[in-house]
Amino acid sequence: MLKIKNNTKININEIPILQIKDFREEIISLNFRPIGFFGKSSENDSVRLFAVLADDKAGDIYISSTKFSADEKSYECLTKEIPAFHIFEREFYEQFGVEPLNHPWLKPVRINQDKYEFFEMTGEEVHQVAVGPIHAGVIEPGHFRFMCNGETVYHLEIMLGYQHRGIEELMLISPSNQLAESICGDSVIAYNTAYSQIMEILQDVTISDRAQLIRKAALEMERMAIHIGDLGAIAGDIAYLMGASVFGATRTLVINTMLEFCGSRFGRGLICTGGVNYDFTEEKLNQALKTFEKVIKDVERMVNTMLKSSTVMSRLEKTGTISMERAKEAGLVGMAARAAGVELDSRFDFPDKWMSELKIEKKKFKATGDVNARFKLRYKEILQSYSMIKKIFAKLQECKNQDLFTSASNNLSQNSLAISIVEGWRGEVVHIAMTDGNGNLSRYKIKDPSFNNWYGLALAVRNNGVSDFPLCNKSFNLSYSGNDL
Amino acid sequence: MILRLIADIIILLFAPFLMAGLIKKTKAFWGGRKGPSVFQPLYDFIKLWKKDYVISKTTSGVFRIAPVVMIVSVLFASMFIPLASGSSVVSVAGGLIVFAYTLSIGKFFALISAMDTGSSFEGMGASREACFTSIVEPAFFITVGSIMALSGNYTFDSLREIFANAGHYGILIAIFAVVVLFLMILIEGSRVPVDDPATHLELTMIHEVMILDNSGSDLALYTWANGIKMLLISSLIAFIIIPAGLNEWVNVLAYLGVMALISVIIGTVESGMARIRMSHVFEFIFIMSSLALVVFALVTAKMFGG
Repeated sequence: MLKIKNNTKININEIPILQIKDFREEIISLNFRPIGFFGKSSENDSVRLFAVLADDKAGDIYISSTKFSADEKSYECLTKEIPAFHIFEREFYEQFGVEPLNHPWLKPVRINQDKYEFFEMTGEEVHQVAVGPIHAGVIEPGHFRFMCNGETVYHLEIMLGYQHRGIEELMLISPSNQLAESICGDSVIAYNTAYSQIMEILQDVTISDRAQLIRKAALEMERMAIHIGDLGAIAGDIAYLMGASVFGATRTLVINTMLEFCGSRFGRGLICTGGVNYDFTEEKLNQALKTFEKVIKDVERMVNTMLKSSTVMSRLEKTGTISMERAKEAGLVGMAARAAGVELDSRFDFPDKWMSELKIEKKKFKATGDVNARFKLRYKEILQSYSMIKKIFAKLQECKNQDLFTSASNNLSQNSLAISIVEGWRGEVVHIAMTDGNGNLSRYKIKDPSFNNWYGLALAVRNNGVSDFPLCNKSFNLSYSGNDL
Repeated sequence: MILRLIADIIILLFAPFLMAGLIKKTKAFWGGRKGPSVFQPLYDFIKLWKKDYVISKTTSGVFRIAPVVMIVSVLFASMFIPLASGSSVVSVAGGLIVFAYTLSIGKFFALISAMDTGSSFEGMGASREACFTSIVEPAFFITVGSIMALSGNYTFDSLREIFANAGHYGILIAIFAVVVLFLMILIEGSRVPVDDPATHLELTMIHEVMILDNSGSDLALYTWANGIKMLLISSLIAFIIIPAGLNEWVNVLAYLGVMALISVIIGTVESGMARIRMSHVFEFIFIMSSLALVVFALVTAKMFGG
């Protein structure tokens, strides 16, 4: 397999094309975590299958491929050996029709939902509760089917795809920053950063330090804002009114700071290929620091009040628990995985130069895998983001007179594959782009952390009360549109 | 007499909504918000009342009559409870039984009307409600029944005679009885920590999910009926607290004061704690049952121990 680093490109022709047997054996023997497993149509109706694996300890990315000719329509699945592949193989089957044989659960990922037959538990006392795809409130569409015995959930099946917009195809027709930031509305900065980095790699542009730092600060502000909002949502779900009010108010302060910086509360339009569109001026930075100090003080106080309240703790503790083994096996990523003790954080696993320069270090966290852990981890990450923001803002003062924007030719390098991993607040956002011989995009693959984590939610609610599902769901807060693309 | 009746009718019409409004206002206060006007629930009721209703095709006649049965049952039950004026319209021995089971008729219809819709949510809500009600009921009977046994007078009037009949024990009995009834308001009125009236999450609801299919004037009747139910139990608390022999108008004022106080306390309780886990609701209701047994023990001690 070919070894590369994050935020780099390689020539597609360098990627080995293995026989399917060797391809499988190599993946199984390496036993790294899949971050990309996708097909690409090539000549004579054949399909080239790429596997991108992450070695998080070493910070390396391995890439390899195999080819299926037009009449090869199946292969022995990988899921049996490495369960984390299950969703990737389902997606590959759905997109290219090459069947992974002996796959335990070849359920549709995004299309043909109505043809699928759900698992059914039988028995006198078993009842099914079907929720959605249209929900009360303002959340996105998704269908949840609970197999319950009384109040206890035995199994939850999640059916998604109702938000499928064909983003990957749209990316080939009209790639733009606007499209990238509308893929998943709560991770605007993460998605736009990943897309811009891909484009900059393919155009051989290196952006200024100032622009890099502004992007980094915006990413941490996004993390802070959404995490605070989620703390509020968790408080709201357990009818803890004060928490919901305080976190709601403080989140507004954070997103309004973003509004001050770039005219959009969610950071739309801030980042562009080649740099950033708006400067973080000194005056605004100082104002922002003042606001954040107040926000952190309020959040700290509220979180401590909540953690001391017995009624709150009785709701959070031991609800929606997912063990480390399960989380690893199912291939969870990001915050949900960290809360279960799987230390995956691409900010530290695939560090950029700033992580060492600003001396940003990983924090220890006592992971218990329940809602409580996800609640506390959010809080810890808010504090961490705050300290990162302070360092980044200080560094920004040092590199004052740099260009915000570095122009480049619009020509992308030919026959290349570029990869960019950005740790959004939910987890790793992986963008992989390929170009053809004319320098046009020929494949754009996106992986949202929700793609891995939805199954984790299904595992977490097993043996919990059905009335605790909304709480578990909020503690994961997964994206529908990021998954459905 | 006529004046008193009119006063009671006015109270039944407005007080439930004002209480709901006051609870919301209190919650807004603790949440640092301004909150809607205290009259908002009343406006909502009027708005719903003017609206037409939609009836699902899968339902039968039960679904249609249930809201009416519900409101008639609580209005009928209200005749047995002393409201603002300090005396009830009907005062008979054993009124407690009639009161409790008239309310149950309404609840029974609400339950089967929820099941009638065939929705899995509403079935779940109905089973939760039925389950919790069945444990609340004995506690209510034990508390009020004990107090009645103490006075030997099996009408609700005996609630007011606790102090006269029980001497020093009276104060303890009154405190425990008030707490039992207050917990009953939280449970029967579907308030936090048992239920969350503000949630939009169908899976966690108890009372709200049962009326998910009701709309317009049917929904208005349900909200009103639920409000009256809270009001009636609160009235029992007022009846215990407010001393006998006051001037009628002073009594009305004191009654309104107690109603307002109860609303503020409910609002404060809701602001200060999270909702308990569904499987722990039983434990919460058993607190109420245990306190009811304390009332029973105190009454027994007074009656047989001197």
